[in-house]
Amino acid sequence: MSAHDHAGHDHTHGGAAHGSLKGYLIGFVLSVILTAIPFWMVMTGAIDNKQATAIIIMAFAVVQIVVHMVFFLHMNPASEGGWSMLALIFTVILVVIVLSGSLWVMYHLNANMMPGLHEMREMP
Amino acid sequence: MPETLTKFIFGRLTLESLPLHEPIVVVTFIVVALGGLAVLGAITYFKLWGYLWREWFTSVDHKKIGIMYMALGLVMLLRGFSDAIMMRLQQAIAFNGSEGYLNSHHYDQIFTAHGVIMIFFVAMPFVTGLMNFVVPLQIGARDVSFPFLNNFSFWMTVGGAILVMASLFVGEFARTGWLAYPPLSGINYSPDVGVDYYIWALQVAGVGTTLSGINLICTIIKMRAPGMTMMRMPVFTWTSLCTNVLIVASFPVLTAVLTLLALDRYVGTNFFTNDFGGNPMMYVNLIWIWGHPEVYILILPLFGVFSEVTSTFSGKRLFGYTSMVYATVVITILSYLVWLHHFFTMGSGASVNSFFGITTMIISIPTGAKIFNWLFTMYRGRIRFELPMMWTVAFMLTFTVGGMTGVLLAVPPADFVLHNSLFLIAHFHNVIIGGVLFGLFAGIAYWWPKAFGFKLDPFWGKVSFWCWVLGFWFAFMPLYILGLMGVTRRMRVFDDPSLQIWFVIAAFGAVLIACGIAAFLVQIFVSIRKRAELVDVTGDPWDGRTLEWSTSSPPPAYNFAFTPIIRDNDAWWDMKKAGYRRPLSGFKPIHMPENTGTGVILAAFSVALGFGLIWYMWWLAALSFVCLIATAIGHTFNYHRDFDIPAAEVEQTEEARTVLLTARGARA
Repeated sequence: MSAHDHAGHDHTHGGAAHGSLKGYLIGFVLSVILTAIPFWMVMTGAIDNKQATAIIIMAFAVVQIVVHMVFFLHMNPASEGGWSMLALIFTVILVVIVLSGSLWVMYHLNANMMPGLHEMREMP
Repeated sequence: MPETLTKFIFGRLTLESLPLHEPIVVVTFIVVALGGLAVLGAITYFKLWGYLWREWFTSVDHKKIGIMYMALGLVMLLRGFSDAIMMRLQQAIAFNGSEGYLNSHHYDQIFTAHGVIMIFFVAMPFVTGLMNFVVPLQIGARDVSFPFLNNFSFWMTVGGAILVMASLFVGEFARTGWLAYPPLSGINYSPDVGVDYYIWALQVAGVGTTLSGINLICTIIKMRAPGMTMMRMPVFTWTSLCTNVLIVASFPVLTAVLTLLALDRYVGTNFFTNDFGGNPMMYVNLIWIWGHPEVYILILPLFGVFSEVTSTFSGKRLFGYTSMVYATVVITILSYLVWLHHFFTMGSGASVNSFFGITTMIISIPTGAKIFNWLFTMYRGRIRFELPMMWTVAFMLTFTVGGMTGVLLAVPPADFVLHNSLFLIAHFHNVIIGGVLFGLFAGIAYWWPKAFGFKLDPFWGKVSFWCWVLGFWFAFMPLYILGLMGVTRRMRVFDDPSLQIWFVIAAFGAVLIACGIAAFLVQIFVSIRKRAELVDVTGDPWDGRTLEWSTSSPPPAYNFAFTPIIRDNDAWWDMKKAGYRRPLSGFKPIHMPENTGTGVILAAFSVALGFGLIWYMWWLAALSFVCLIATAIGHTFNYHRDFDIPAAEVEQTEEARTVLLTARGARA
């Protein structure tokens, strides 16, 4: 499909190697564990505090993202000559900017613009 | 029973949906229909359908796709401009109790369509087309990374354009302004099909834009000729890379926010409604997270064009190449930190507003650095004032004014006064016309000989140039003044008769711009007529510096018989200085991608899907969706994707060029 005959299907040079069965199994087991623990926490209510539970689940989710990237997407600092890592860093920066910026902006709008809860109740 | 059947088949579409009560639209329709029939008839008469289908529509050649993008942009420019001149006329006459000639229903659609078309279907295709044509040539590649995807992206963009054009004659377009803020664009306030046309046109075109962004990033990173390190890439390729990174990073946000709006309208969710926990301000926030990078998506490639043009026509290496690259990268990142300046007045506190005000002022620094780089490139250069250089100088003068009014608007307290006024309108037209459009004309004049093998006629080019530049100043300086006096945007009638003179001047400017567009069309026509006189056989009419000028004009399908080796930036200049000779023997077969019609078919199904969703023809939507997926899967079984150009054919092509070159050498 590629116009360059040599640029099409080579994963051996420059690109990341495909993983081994062992690598996939480690990734799979880790993913299962990382999914099972939050599931267990929610089902049994092991921690009383809901907010703390939510934060722990999110932390597990972030770890799971890393597991997927390392074991399933075969990412490491050297893959694709470093381009993958660069793209990842760029994406993370943008996502952080967009999420934190939106939260900050929307919080400010809420604080300044929304009528207080009591006023809402008085409204017809 | 028949009534439910009609409803099932046609959804919301009834005879009343056709705007037969709007005489202006009817006349437009008749003109467009007659013009369209004439074109289709001519194509049939000259038996061009097979040629167009085989050589253009199904082509995966990046050069032809680039040219088709430019043609799409030009056609849509005519549509978008006719909207503009209608608005200018309306505003010039709607005084002293006169209602003008457009009712509010129609007028609101016109200003919405003008914005949507000019950004999504004029500027974007022009920019993408330029990048598509030039980038592979500049990096010494034979095509883009994914040639079929490229063809598909183009047709999806056309699909979006078709939906917008259809809204003119079947139903109506949005009446919400070009970003369709809710709650106005919600189902309660816009129950008609206008906003749905807007949503699905942009979603269909958005697929194309995102995919072509991925394609070009991959091309630039993976397919550079040996020896071309990142810091030896031509500046246009650098700015294209940054633009496509912005596209890939920001267009998903637009897709997501339009999907949420569509869910609000179609299935009754409440993301952006006023009640049930929805928040319309979130829409404004999200769409500008896409919207601000978008303006840099538009301008960055043109900064690249100006860099190429300035160094070529000054006969000098670009001043401060490294700083130019870093400025571009810094703009790429900073463009994500300024979005709130589009809604300072929405009610954020002082800390938020000052943060975004300051980031906005900071982003003008790398842009200013670029202006100085171009000026220092010209300094002590042997400047040739050919058309591309004229556009560049006009850009530097015009864009600087627009940039400074932008910094003015970045001051939150000033923005509270000028927000939503004609001052803002003047500002962004100042940067988009003065930056993007002037850059496109510079780029078209610069690369036209590469694309077609003959230069554009300079006389009509100069006519177009002066009409455009003067027209711009006449049309938008009055808007600055009106904006400072407090006139808001999107007004249809005015009470204060003292304002009229400014609108008349602005309308005069629009007429001048119309002359500029007409002169541009004449220029193309005259140049084609006089192509024997304007011919360029060298492939290097401007004494260029980058690789695209090393091959013939127009380049052969395979671009380069041998992949060039790069030793320096300004690769072609370096090769010329080193006494480069074209290799005349030892050609090898060249592996190339095969044409395919799948892109056209997929885009056609997407248009049908969009049309079905717009009119609630659920059977059509479901059917075309299934066909879309089936065709996409079917295409994966197409194994005829590549072929080899035999060495003999390459030799023949190169031999023909040798003959041309020696004939010219003998004459000279």
